[in-house]
Amino acid sequence: MEILTYAFFITFLAMTFRMATPVLLGTLGEAFAERSGVLNLGIEGTMLMGASTGFIVTYFIGDLWLGIFAAAFIGMAMGLLMAFLSVTLGAQQHVAGLGITFLGTGLSFFLYRLFVAPAGGVPPTIVPFRPIEIPGLSGIPVLGPTIFTQPALVYLALILVPIVGFIFYRTTLGLNLTAVGQNPKAADTAGINVFRTRYLCLLIAGALAGIAGAWFSMAQSSQFLPGMTMGRGWVCVALVIFANWSPYRILGGALLFGGIDALQTTFAALGVAFPYRILQMFPYIFTIVILVAVARRATYPAALLQPYRREG
Amino acid sequence: MRFPLKNLSRGLKAKLPKLKVEKRPYPSLRTKILWPVLSILIALGIGAILIAAAGVNPLTGYYHLFHGALGDAHAISETLWRFTPLLLTGTAVALAFRCKFWNIGVEGQMLTGATVATFFGVSFIGTSSWLLIPLVIISGFLAGALWAVIPAILKAKFKVDEVVTTLLGNWIILYFVAYLVEGPWRNPTSLWPESPAIAGSAVFPRLVPLYRVHIGFIIAIFFAILFFIILRKTVWGFQIKATGANPRAASFMGIKVTRVLITVAILSGGIAGIAGVSELCGTHFHMKGLGFFGGTGELSWGYGYAGIFIAMLGGLNAIGVPVAAFFMAVMIQGSRAMYRATGVPSPFYYAMQGTILVCLLLGIFLTYYRIRKVKG
Repeated sequence: MEILTYAFFITFLAMTFRMATPVLLGTLGEAFAERSGVLNLGIEGTMLMGASTGFIVTYFIGDLWLGIFAAAFIGMAMGLLMAFLSVTLGAQQHVAGLGITFLGTGLSFFLYRLFVAPAGGVPPTIVPFRPIEIPGLSGIPVLGPTIFTQPALVYLALILVPIVGFIFYRTTLGLNLTAVGQNPKAADTAGINVFRTRYLCLLIAGALAGIAGAWFSMAQSSQFLPGMTMGRGWVCVALVIFANWSPYRILGGALLFGGIDALQTTFAALGVAFPYRILQMFPYIFTIVILVAVARRATYPAALLQPYRREG
Repeated sequence: MRFPLKNLSRGLKAKLPKLKVEKRPYPSLRTKILWPVLSILIALGIGAILIAAAGVNPLTGYYHLFHGALGDAHAISETLWRFTPLLLTGTAVALAFRCKFWNIGVEGQMLTGATVATFFGVSFIGTSSWLLIPLVIISGFLAGALWAVIPAILKAKFKVDEVVTTLLGNWIILYFVAYLVEGPWRNPTSLWPESPAIAGSAVFPRLVPLYRVHIGFIIAIFFAILFFIILRKTVWGFQIKATGANPRAASFMGIKVTRVLITVAILSGGIAGIAGVSELCGTHFHMKGLGFFGGTGELSWGYGYAGIFIAMLGGLNAIGVPVAAFFMAVMIQGSRAMYRATGVPSPFYYAMQGTILVCLLLGIFLTYYRIRKVKG
């Protein structure tokens, strides 16, 4: 029985980090967009484009990292489109974001059908990212088999947390983008290029969402399925509010979400008799609950949702 | 070294005409129709590229698409059969978006409505149609309304963003439905997870024998007209529009914004619930589980998400929404026909939804802004 509980704990903890990874990447990206004043609801569609593109490139060329680059690149293209609609044209951000999500959701499926798998038949697979044992550290009990034996994208996501923190709080870019998201007019007066800053933030957000999406088809599983991100993009939109737009709290939120999400897989792996469809509901219920808990205290970027136009 | 480069860019700028963006505060009706129509044509042009990418002549592709959706009586009936739930979900979303209640949970509200209707439809076998059909419709309405009003209350009481809560609600009910049809409600005699069939007396009668259009079509038209009347003729409609335009100004005018929000959520979710009932009692007759496309139900078929597209394409407008719903029905029905005839993947219409929306945003911009060349 003792072995079972230890095994449970290790499986659960390792799974928590894996489930948290795409959400962490996506939410860090969303933080960039929202801190600069643009609500990016296109994240779900961008993720799906990343999942599809990453898979297609890897399927044909056979290089996982090239797939990741392609996913990031297509994510940036989606970000660019979002920026054009919301920053240059000043379209309502809700509507523009939903448009991007529709585009990504549909186009990812269409391209997959077109290039890889016509309807019917067994869906093709790739060799996904494998866990890498970090030499020296993977021998540590508990931490070794959990944190230090993970696919490369998990490490990438974890390393990005302090990097994003550094960018937000210690660099000119970080201060500029916060200023643009709080008071674009004042920022413009101070000589910050509002448009360029928002474009840059949406490009970063797009790239991160693209990589987050690629996780699903290239690490979590070895195939692409339509709509396979399962609403994780929307979870990111919720978590960034929960985390009050801070990268360190985003890590906390993502791990919390990952933990709830990991329950179902762990239960299934250990053969615990609990209807797993009910377990699958938990991450979504949990996300709503934490939103209710923090919503009143959330301090949104003051210029969120407001398109900026120079007068005269 | 940097000076010549700077001069070069200055020189280029002088050659290019300077563009200025001007606001058109009151665009004419012609402009208002011209740009959206043009943007759809541009989107169809991009669609032609997608068809060509599949190795098919775009003209052949579009011929099969439109012929397959409108070519004969059977095709038109199938298109109208798809139009029914699309008109309902489109109206549900348009009503909610009109007061800026971003209800993107219509897919889930459809499923909630269908689930409760399944309960009554299966339990009351042997009841007369005159009793059972109103019962499933009303129960479906109430269930959909409940699923939409929870996010509305969370928004009103706790300031929780409804975009996320309504969308996540889709996933919650989707897995709950999957649990029901794979577990307690599983029909032991069918090969795939689904509930037992609803009572024959709960089945929506067809309008014309042998064609799949059913009385759900009449119900959908009824709600589309109701939406028109609410917006144009009622005080409530005015309150909805005022709240959508500027909630603070609306509340200064004495409009109870929270009440508008909650009542809109009830009607919007209720209409979505009826869309689910219509699909259950007019199309599937069994409650179904997860759809192939993540986030959609096998019963709702993504029509809830399509409703968002329809509402936006229709300009949240009581006349535009039915037109957009019909267009979407043609696209879905036609894409399948095009796939059968030419092999262009049928997710074509999914890709077109996004393409059209993005082009439409550009079209909306050009409706309200004019780009002019400025001399000097």
